[in-house]
Amino acid sequence: MTVEFILNKETITTDINPNIPLLDFIRDHQMLKGTKIGCREGDCGACTVLLGELKNNEVIYKTITSCLTPLGNVNGRHVVTIEGLSHPDNIIQLNMISTGATQCGFCTPGFVVSLTAAAINKQNPVESLDGNICRCTGYNSIKIASQLVFDQLQDTDNLLAKNIVPQYFANIPDRLGDIKFVKNTGTTIIGGGTDLYVQKQRVLLDKQLEFSTHNSDLRYIIPDKDSIRIGAGTTMSEFISNKHISELIDTEQLKLIASTPVRNIATIAGNLVNASPIGDFSVILLALNAKILITNSTKNREISLDEFFVSYKKINLQQDEMIIEIKIPKDTIKFNFEKVSKRMYLDIASVNSACAVYTENNIIRSIRISAGGVYEIPLLLRETAEYMIAKELNEKTFKEACSIAVKEIKPISDVRGSKEYKTLLLQQLIKAHLIQLEGQQ
Amino acid sequence: MKNIDSISHVSGKSVYVDDIPVLDNTLYALIVPATIAHGVLKKIEYTGDHSDFVRMITASDIPGENQIGSIIPDEELLSSQDIHFMGQAIAIIVAKSLNSAYMIRDEVHVEYDEYKAITDPRVAFNSGNIIGESRKFQCGDIVWADCDTIVSDRVDMGGQEHLYLETHGSYVIPTERGYKVISSTQSPSSVQKMIARVLGISMHLVEVDVNRLGGGFGGKEDQATPIACMAALAVNITDRPVKLILDRIDDLKMTGKRHPYSADYKIGMKSNKIIAYDVIFYQNAGASADLSPAVLERTLFHATNSYYIPNFKATAYSCRTNLPPNTAFRGFGGPQGMFVIEAAIDKLAEKSGIPAYVLQEANLMKNGDKFPYGQITDNLMLTDAWSKIKTIKNVYEEEIEQFNHNNKYFSKGMAIMPITFGISFTNTMMNQGSALVNIYQDGSIGLSTGAVEMGQGVNTRILQALISSFGVSADRVKMETTNTTRAINTSPSAASSTHDLNGWATLDACNQLIRRLEKLLIDEYQAGSVEFINNRVIFNDRSLSWDELIQFAFTKRVDLAAHGYYCTPDIYFDKEKEKGHPFAYYTTGVAIQMATVDIIRGTYKLDKIDIIHDSGRVMNSNLDRGQIEGALAQGLGWMLLEDLQYDDNGRLLSNALSTYKIPDINFMPDIKIEFIGANNPLGLMGSKSIGEPPLMYGIAGYFAVRNAMRNHKNIDMAYKTPLTPERILMGLFS
Ligand SMILES: Cc1cc2nc3c(=O)[nH]c(=O)nc-3n(C[C@H](O)[C@H](O)[C@H](O)COP(=O)(O)OP(=O)(O)OC[C@H]3O[C@@H](n4cnc5c(N)ncnc54)[C@H](O)[C@@H]3O)c2cc1C
Ligand code: FES
Ligand code: FES
Repeated sequence: MTVEFILNKETITTDINPNIPLLDFIRDHQMLKGTKIGCREGDCGACTVLLGELKNNEVIYKTITSCLTPLGNVNGRHVVTIEGLSHPDNIIQLNMISTGATQCGFCTPGFVVSLTAAAINKQNPVESLDGNICRCTGYNSIKIASQLVFDQLQDTDNLLAKNIVPQYFANIPDRLGDIKFVKNTGTTIIGGGTDLYVQKQRVLLDKQLEFSTHNSDLRYIIPDKDSIRIGAGTTMSEFISNKHISELIDTEQLKLIASTPVRNIATIAGNLVNASPIGDFSVILLALNAKILITNSTKNREISLDEFFVSYKKINLQQDEMIIEIKIPKDTIKFNFEKVSKRMYLDIASVNSACAVYTENNIIRSIRISAGGVYEIPLLLRETAEYMIAKELNEKTFKEACSIAVKEIKPISDVRGSKEYKTLLLQQLIKAHLIQLEGQQ
Repeated sequence: MKNIDSISHVSGKSVYVDDIPVLDNTLYALIVPATIAHGVLKKIEYTGDHSDFVRMITASDIPGENQIGSIIPDEELLSSQDIHFMGQAIAIIVAKSLNSAYMIRDEVHVEYDEYKAITDPRVAFNSGNIIGESRKFQCGDIVWADCDTIVSDRVDMGGQEHLYLETHGSYVIPTERGYKVISSTQSPSSVQKMIARVLGISMHLVEVDVNRLGGGFGGKEDQATPIACMAALAVNITDRPVKLILDRIDDLKMTGKRHPYSADYKIGMKSNKIIAYDVIFYQNAGASADLSPAVLERTLFHATNSYYIPNFKATAYSCRTNLPPNTAFRGFGGPQGMFVIEAAIDKLAEKSGIPAYVLQEANLMKNGDKFPYGQITDNLMLTDAWSKIKTIKNVYEEEIEQFNHNNKYFSKGMAIMPITFGISFTNTMMNQGSALVNIYQDGSIGLSTGAVEMGQGVNTRILQALISSFGVSADRVKMETTNTTRAINTSPSAASSTHDLNGWATLDACNQLIRRLEKLLIDEYQAGSVEFINNRVIFNDRSLSWDELIQFAFTKRVDLAAHGYYCTPDIYFDKEKEKGHPFAYYTTGVAIQMATVDIIRGTYKLDKIDIIHDSGRVMNSNLDRGQIEGALAQGLGWMLLEDLQYDDNGRLLSNALSTYKIPDINFMPDIKIEFIGANNPLGLMGSKSIGEPPLMYGIAGYFAVRNAMRNHKNIDMAYKTPLTPERILMGLFS
């Protein structure tokens, strides 16, 4: 397969193995060494680059971790590395110098790239840095630098003038428009690659990857009469920032999931298929009573998500099948999501839980509580929910619910916590649901 | 002055080992790690036929000594038989490409006899697995009967991964003159010495060059050496350039960390005054000595932190276990010593009902007080810093009281942490530095020192010293790489001493050159007083530009190169008596930290920290702030977040960045720093060293969280770090 994209200023057309990580293409094939390798698993941000996608004649730029992104996924897009941003008058770079926001410098290109995306998208700068780790500075100087950048951008929309983006950005939309996108087929479907590429890049080199989900028409969020339809290639970021979704649930808590650059590529379907017992979207969508639409190119079938997870990492999906859509019913519910991990941001939960409840006069008419990290699959707490029906939404009900929930789970001790802790924590999160849900009244 | 590297850093132009363009015939090496923690290697073979396979190198291929132990010779480069930890190097794979090297490594067949692993230092101690001698610091006479309050307890501290963002790496090129070694090391001379030993050649055949490190923090003081040795060994055998870069997973698995410690103490006071403290430290050294004995010694030096304790006894054991050899990490044993005394004071406070800060203040070291090891303090700013913190404490207290009154599900608390950290290598011999100043005939200057730049800004500070001496602007000077042909027999860049040692050496070289130039002006122009300022030299009624002066000096055959040298004066330590004057001076300060605990979820938030820090005469506030904030982040991470876990078989469980978490931008509290301090005659340009000391402000984080829990309810929770959400929640429900 031929991959064609723009790297900084240059149009690249290449026939090399599209399965190699973008990071290796940048460093080893293009000899652009400003993008660094810190972990190769999405957890440090040293490899952060910008990915620009053409939408309605405008290029939308987002940060991505180039270590987990297969080259094939940047087909038809604009990739920008630190070399493509650097300018003597770039105010991000200047402020980082003046505040001492760089010490050993190894993390620094990643921070500059992330702040660039924040400036382009008018994002909260500190939030935009949730995927960048620095071991030297303690971040204070970086926070001050980011604030200065944002203060200096207050009075302008012209990022070209502030040298945040260089002049050549101006005609990128036209140039991207000229690249013809060719769909490929393969035997392994890849979404963002944020599961597949973690510690498995070498194994993947010989596989036939299908890069279609991320690039295709499977990226949409469309409200129907009774449900919201979500294309399987929809990224976590698109989900979180979507207005139909945020009308249904409070998405603020979802920023606890992964990091900005990972959310920018990780797909919802990928999260389900990965079937991690602690997958955050699995847990959220279980509580939301999601349905998934599956196809094997000849016929479609729809199942409820709670029939999807079978046993540890085993799912109700055949070799030749793929998910094409996820549907969330538009019920009037109160919803809460809880996640506790060692580090608040960019960490996998010790235990997570979601709760969706419908009440009339404070009486629970329907309720779904899910829990992750306490069973071999993301778990719907069926008996717990059953018990709560027709009871009052109050402390007593939730307390008793806890005592039923602990009988439904089978946590194991691992690096994220002992089973005693996980058992206690789930009960605490159920209490937290009540506190949050009461707060929504 | 800003960090002189920052322009290339922000533009991605700074070069690290893995960024250097390689020669065409370069080979790629990978280390084959042991997959058991304790046992005997029975067989290792590669029988595959990969076309990129070049060599598998094992212990028997080593031409020189298979020995890299720096303090005690107890560490093989490649295991010849015995396996002491999981991740220990047993062979090196050399291949034509990196990808192939990985594929070949997967096919290597290894057989072992496996023995039971020891991971707990107390178990090691009980079975007599001790490295070197036990150490004992003592002063006064402990009489428990004189105390009105006595407590005793056990304290356990976790280890800590350095997590320099740039992993270990080395690129070695065979040359006509021997070996050119590019290494990410804090200690170029150790690399040089060990390569010579392993290859059985003389040191002058090995040239080690260090451009910069993407972070070191002690992790590249001793442990960069085996990586470079293995690459050099592969060069020796293949006669081709060899690149060896550890990926993150290998780096985490194979290298040592900050030492976990366990300790038992008993402490007694009489009306607020601590009059007796008896403590035993069990250091988890890992599988070989590495720098552990030196780390152990510093634990003893700092066992009383900033307090005057007249009757004191501390015993310390370095316990050999089957973990990777633990090593230097910013603070170098000091943090562990300090945490135990703070835990003891916390417990005394709990028992007596007297707030910890009252006890801390009542026992604070004053100038003229003597440490148990005999050094009398001066130029400490502790009491000044403390009085400033007290004012801030009142504001904190009010905020906490109000918040806790109004909140059911959250609880705030605070803690104060004073620090007194001795500056110098405790091994007196290592306190030497050197510099080479070359002035070219056009007036431009090249400066080489033994200092390794790893982000701490040492090159910037040394440059500051040089330009203030010559009165030239910074753009006239180039900081050269650290290279063993220009700076020889260097000490590692460590112990917070690098800029002092190499900066003073630079000034020594500058002074020699200035004397030569002055003599020239006196001989030629009968100059009276001579002043070097603003790129000019002013004498009598006239002036010359610096460049004119240098050109003139060149024509007059003045030697324009000078080698400078420095060794710290008046320091010594007698290990027989365990007494002496090991430190040039002390860096001090006090911090106050506030934290909020989420009572329902067991999570916490670090709200803010105020730090009053004694940096002597601040020579670069930008760099000083950076060092404080960065060290603080590591200290807080060690205390609360970074959960290094091994299982009973010695397998690292927190083996990737997905399971080992270090502070991110959201973790850190708001930080306010105020500098106090006076001219420090032994510090470069009057300053005080700052690399390590502020790490220990992070200890306040632990006690702030603990106090926040305590403000919610009485807790009975073991003193164990890190204080993770798990420990907090279990503690709240204990
Ligand atoms: C640094 C980091 C942090 C993370 N943090 C979190 C976190 O906080 N919470 C969390 O839940 N997860 C987290 N993850 C996990 C990961 O991001 C998610 O599981 C992600 O949603 C996977 O999506 P993807 O598109 O990247 O999947 P990919 O890696 O592309 O694919 C994953 C699997 O899904 C299959 N697949 C993809 N799309 C389809 C489809 N349409 N139909 C059928 N099969 C398909 C693939 O073949 C593959 O088997 C993290 C990952 C990283 C690297
Ligand atoms: S290298 Fe660490 S996130 Fe990509
Ligand atoms: S500056 Fe060293 S990791 Fe950020």
